Amino acid sequence: MIGTRKDLLGLEDLSSEEIVSILDTARTFREVLDRPIPKVPSLRGLTAANLFFEASTRTRLSFELAEKRMSADTVNFQTSGSSVSKGESLKDTARNIEAMGIHLVVIRHQSSGAPHYLARNLDAGVINAGDGTHEHPTQGLLDLFTIRERRGKIAGLKVAIIGDISHSRVARSNIWGLTKLGASVTIAGPATMMPLEVERFGVRVARSVDEAIEGADVVNILRIQLERQRSTLYSSLREYARVYGVTSERLKRAKPDVMVMHPGPMNRGIEIAQDVADGKHSVILEQVTNGVAVRMAVLYLLAGHKAPDESAAEPSTTEPKKTHGEPSLHPRR
Amino acid sequence: MANPLCIRGGRVLDPSRGIDRVQDLWIANSRIAGLGEDAPADVRSHPQAEVIPVQGAVICPGLVDIHVHLREPGQEEKETIETGTRAAARGGFTAVACMPNTTPPLDDRPRIEWVIRRAREAGFARVHPIAAVTRGQMGETLTEIEDLIDAGAVGVSDDGKPVRNAEIMRRALELTRGLGVPVIQHAEDPDLKGDGVMHEGWTSTRLGMKGIPDAAESVVVARDMLLAELTGGHVHVAHVSAARSAEIIRRAKGRGIRVTAETAPHYLLLTDEAVEGFDPRTKMNPPLRSAKDKDALLEAVVDGTIDCLATDHAPHTDIEKDSDFDSAPFGIVGLETALGIYLKALVEPKHLSLPELILRLTVNPLRVLGLPGGTLEAGAPADLTVFDPARRWIVRASEFESMGRNTPFEGWELPGAVLLTMLDGRVTYRAEAVPTTAR
Repeated sequence: MIGTRKDLLGLEDLSSEEIVSILDTARTFREVLDRPIPKVPSLRGLTAANLFFEASTRTRLSFELAEKRMSADTVNFQTSGSSVSKGESLKDTARNIEAMGIHLVVIRHQSSGAPHYLARNLDAGVINAGDGTHEHPTQGLLDLFTIRERRGKIAGLKVAIIGDISHSRVARSNIWGLTKLGASVTIAGPATMMPLEVERFGVRVARSVDEAIEGADVVNILRIQLERQRSTLYSSLREYARVYGVTSERLKRAKPDVMVMHPGPMNRGIEIAQDVADGKHSVILEQVTNGVAVRMAVLYLLAGHKAPDESAAEPSTTEPKKTHGEPSLHPRR
Repeated sequence: MANPLCIRGGRVLDPSRGIDRVQDLWIANSRIAGLGEDAPADVRSHPQAEVIPVQGAVICPGLVDIHVHLREPGQEEKETIETGTRAAARGGFTAVACMPNTTPPLDDRPRIEWVIRRAREAGFARVHPIAAVTRGQMGETLTEIEDLIDAGAVGVSDDGKPVRNAEIMRRALELTRGLGVPVIQHAEDPDLKGDGVMHEGWTSTRLGMKGIPDAAESVVVARDMLLAELTGGHVHVAHVSAARSAEIIRRAKGRGIRVTAETAPHYLLLTDEAVEGFDPRTKMNPPLRSAKDKDALLEAVVDGTIDCLATDHAPHTDIEKDSDFDSAPFGIVGLETALGIYLKALVEPKHLSLPELILRLTVNPLRVLGLPGGTLEAGAPADLTVFDPARRWIVRASEFESMGRNTPFEGWELPGAVLLTMLDGRVTYRAEAVPTTAR
């Protein structure tokens, strides 16, 4: 179970039970966020380091907020201005982290598998905050959480994921999480942005955005990531917007109560039309709020706490209920 | 006469002459004196003759690796000619052909001569340098190919990179055509490779890694077959990794085109799934490919489409390889594990007989380079390898003679422990348990 794991590296590695346990824990923390003083002492005495080797605003803020809401000490480390840009290896970075006595490491890195390297080399718990084009597990979890909070379930829902699947870690984590929990996933995007043998994920590849959206409960729109792309992949944003942009007209094919999601930051008017981004179906800001709760849950569980017992769960006034014993102040070794 | 030596009681395998029988092998004056009764009487009755008993082991001509990187000059932190050839000897090799992608590259006569001299001084293996096709391996201007071959180079290649320009490839084939040496192509289309780091397929899709399609190799192989046909020159395709490349080579051979090919051990035993844990020791170029490719390569080795078995020994430092996957350089070491892996991949599953394997590790690579040898015939230099095909051993990179520890086979149990390697009748490697006795 997740409570015995040292690291969260990807949703591919998790069982459906583990995913559900994280989502259940996140719900408890979601309630904390609505309190007048949204802070609990769960991680007091622990230090979390946010290592961002790649630019990020919302994920870094979300993690930092989650850590602070749980009373952890936090340190941040960004590529620009840090010694990484001076050629320090990941190995030395890891050693320094170890020497500083850090308990939890949140890492975003441009290279797929970099968090796995740290996880192998550190006693500290490692949370993948996005590695290359591999996974972004907390984004996947917060998307699942947002869907489940609205619909009460994941199983049986039809989810369309639209955009650049090849280069999207959000897509991979969503696909793993959704399929493990029993949703049916359809993807659509330019043929140059569909990785080889993608259907082996257990997803259906639609020939058009319209086909993917047809009857969907959820439409998750990926950011078109120009910074990741070679010019050979697609001709122009204008063409992309016309062929793959999700507009309110296209959205009419979905279920009447369809949820529109986007991991942000949005390219308004390109992959998502302005009125869709701000329209009544959009849950994009909810995703952001939920992101903090989900990350609190992940930090809490990896720090060595057992998931709060569902049967014993009650609206807590101080902090999430623990099943037994004092919370360990040290992550699993 | 110096003291003659008798390698006693081994199974003598000399595929060049169809010999496979248990017999004593006699060595005198750095050369093979003969097998059993065929050795001269004065050798056999010499009072000071020494004996190395090797009952149960195989004695074969010294193994030849047509594709290694010795890194010297310029990258001595990775390997030197001495450490690389020590590694060769420990792996049972008595001759290696080294690639020119050193710093600076082997693109002029003094550097070719220097490598040959350094290897002679070290004395652990014959080193046959391969010269660059283009100056600085920049792909723009031909090197002085005829002069470099005259200086002792045994072929030309821009290995590490492809000869991208078809016109240059054509002219290199024309210039080498009459010299009896091949143009060795690192077949790769740089545009299709892009910034890929592993085979493009389901595993790269799942891991979110940038892929290198098999076509990146095969399109260049196909082009080169046409250029070999146009010129009558000899193309040798290095480290074939893809089923489609093998198929193209098979057809070209069928049409009488002068093409030969090699593969490397890892392509016959591992697939792209080995990259799963993001371990940079599974990163090489060309990359580990699909199970289908692996099976097709085994078939191509068996039917002779792939002529010889190389290593593409590519040492790197721990500092370089101990990192995230993308940052690590391509390449793994191979000299000290190749024989065991080839036995495991080809002989144990009975794809090849032992003599058929030895042929692909001795005579065949030599013939690709137009070199003599690969025989235990009386009078030939006493370059030979003794190994015990039944004796199993554990791969421990920390025990390598190579400075490179970058192997994906760490901890594997392999058959075929090398017991003894001799070059010109001198021991270049001997396993601890092998004694010498008086006769």
